[in-house]
Amino acid sequence: MAEGAERSVSTPATASAPESVADVKEALGRVGYLADEPAALVSYLAQRLGKPILVEGPAGVGKTELAKAISRATERPLIRLQCYEGLDEAKALYEWNYRKQLLRIQVAKEAEADSPPAGTPGEDAEGAKGWDEIFSEEFLLTRPLLAAIAATEPVVLLIDEIDKTDQEFEAMLLEVLSDFQISIPELGVIVARTHPIVVLTSNNSRELTEALKRRCLYLWLDYPEVEREMEIVRLHSPDLDEQLARRLVEVVHMVRQLDLKKPPSIAESIDWARALLLLGADDIDQSVFERTMSIVVKHRSDMDLVAERVGLKLGGVEGLGAEAAG
Amino acid sequence: MTSLPPGLAPRLVAFCEELRGEGVAVGSSEILDAFEALEAVPWTQQEDFRETLAATIAKSQEDRRVFELLFDRFFFRASEAEALERQVGEDRRYDGGDRLDLDALREAVRQAIAEGRDGEMRDLARLAIAAFGRRGEGSGVIGVDVQRIRRTLGLQAQTGSPDEPVLDRDQINRFERHLRRELERALIERTEKLPPSRPLAELDRALPTSPAQDLAAVHRAVAQLKRRLATVGREHRGRRRGAIVDVRRTMRASLDTGGVPLRLKHRPKHPRRPEIYVLCDVSTSVTSASVFFLSVLHALHDSFRKLRSFVFIERISEVTDVFERERDFRAISERISREGGVADVSGYTDYGRVWLEFLEEIVEDLGPRSTVIVLGDARTNGREPHAEVFARVAERAGRTFWLNPEPRLYWNYGDSVMAAYEPHCTAAFECWTTRHLEEFVNVVAGGTPSVEA
Repeated sequence: MAEGAERSVSTPATASAPESVADVKEALGRVGYLADEPAALVSYLAQRLGKPILVEGPAGVGKTELAKAISRATERPLIRLQCYEGLDEAKALYEWNYRKQLLRIQVAKEAEADSPPAGTPGEDAEGAKGWDEIFSEEFLLTRPLLAAIAATEPVVLLIDEIDKTDQEFEAMLLEVLSDFQISIPELGVIVARTHPIVVLTSNNSRELTEALKRRCLYLWLDYPEVEREMEIVRLHSPDLDEQLARRLVEVVHMVRQLDLKKPPSIAESIDWARALLLLGADDIDQSVFERTMSIVVKHRSDMDLVAERVGLKLGGVEGLGAEAAG
Repeated sequence: MTSLPPGLAPRLVAFCEELRGEGVAVGSSEILDAFEALEAVPWTQQEDFRETLAATIAKSQEDRRVFELLFDRFFFRASEAEALERQVGEDRRYDGGDRLDLDALREAVRQAIAEGRDGEMRDLARLAIAAFGRRGEGSGVIGVDVQRIRRTLGLQAQTGSPDEPVLDRDQINRFERHLRRELERALIERTEKLPPSRPLAELDRALPTSPAQDLAAVHRAVAQLKRRLATVGREHRGRRRGAIVDVRRTMRASLDTGGVPLRLKHRPKHPRRPEIYVLCDVSTSVTSASVFFLSVLHALHDSFRKLRSFVFIERISEVTDVFERERDFRAISERISREGGVADVSGYTDYGRVWLEFLEEIVEDLGPRSTVIVLGDARTNGREPHAEVFARVAERAGRTFWLNPEPRLYWNYGDSVMAAYEPHCTAAFECWTTRHLEEFVNVVAGGTPSVEA
């Protein structure tokens, strides 16, 4: 680890840093993520400046997906830390493998009992060596954050749903995010050998601390416009008829307008598109909608509301079309 | 990559200074980040420039909103000041507005708005202004002109016929911003000086309360609250601090480590699930606030298991089932005003009578687990406040909170009798910004230890 510390990060902009925002956008597009202008820009800045990205926005707009896409586009492995209430250092940073340590001590004791006691100074030296040994890397369980810092290859570190943890955990993250290092009392400071791209996501369920925000670039992702969502849907199910895709996205937008417990996410639009393909539907009318609605709406009370508002409207539009035809 | 032009740095710092003035926390580290970032991005591209600044400086959605408002104004003013200094005038390419066909213009504007193309909207805004200038309808007051032009162009939210794209309020607001901007520019050119810079109107920052304002704005404020409510309570479950050790589970876990209890297991903490009674004043003295109050009620309904809501003016009426049946906010407020039956004769609030009725109706159900929340301005219109009845309500309930939509400064002035009620409440809050509301929600949802263990 000490050698690693020598080669610490002096220039954040690595040789592979992208040349322009357009490059990043294109690279992300190649791996199946259609980034909008701000998202591409922030990803670009993050790679140029070596700063973490804090992504906020409603559930299902592709926050986590952005991190995965960056990982694919830069061909770096993704290390993911999923946050939850009560997440602590032992689960996020590192942990001493105490079972192994206990075993080691026990073995040492037994060996000691078997062999006749040697001279006092010698035993002391032996004991001290034993202690050193059980606090070495061999007994260290690396958790995602340490893994990302200690990785020899450059990685993308995704810290998902940071708002689910408590403030103490955020404070602990500060060292990692600003200096890319972790202090382990028994081992010393471990400094990143390569500069990870860090993406933090938050559903904004609580206000994050100023200190954390200060260290990050901020990106707000929202549901995409009709045009862009259509591109996304068609990217993921290319066989879908363009007309149908537009109709689908428009209906999803209509559903999002309603005051639902859980508005449909982009992933659900894509699922719906696939389902329609499987069913061989060529238009979304009331009956198709009611049969497949459960793919985008996942709450009892939401379904009633959507069936009433959107379902009827679809029927109405169809009626109008029929009239015009007749 | 690119170095910043001289003169931009002081401008940026001045801009950050202005942001700070509006309450956005911009640290020096953020300013440094912004400079560093701008070196990596071509600052000549307006969109990139703006996004880069936003990503490094505005770190929440609220900050971003203020940022947008200020960014436009600040750089607009800066460029106008520069233009004045150098005596650069606009070449008026858009003269000849009188020859324009109004319908064609209207169509073009709708199209541009629907597609959200800013450049085009700006040009069309100029055209529209020129057209109206010719017709001699300009009033000289920018706000009035904007509204007149908007009306004549027939821009209204959600009135699209099937063949026209439906415009939502936000899109129209965007066009209005362009109109305002262009009118300001024209004014500056006429008078050859900049209007004084004012801080953002308090209204922009405060809770959306006036009924004239769009409900969407109210909803935005409440949506965030909703999300937070959905997660409070849970966040405390994981905490170890102050938890009770579960001996049985600790012993079981110790088997792993040869009977040495290395890992302590704790009993899970049960979050408080309050029963909530909300009383909401919907009289004319708080008309503006009650729109907001009702939407808060609406939000609360999704977030607590047991919630009974009441509205009152002269009488009190339970509206719990209205909230349960209806999910659309507009429908709810209509139904409440139609069938609430809360106005009797005068339409003035009668707090005394409301307490009497509430106590009579609900006294059986109130217990130490109940939380009573009153939303009202405590203006009794000179009627008997019956504070002693309110005291009995508060006594029976575990906790009683009062939310007052007026700033604390105005309490107890005129016919406000807040002082009579406040001592009986667990706490009274002023509540006229989203921040106030959030603080309050934190308290109710278990941010503080429960009163009765």
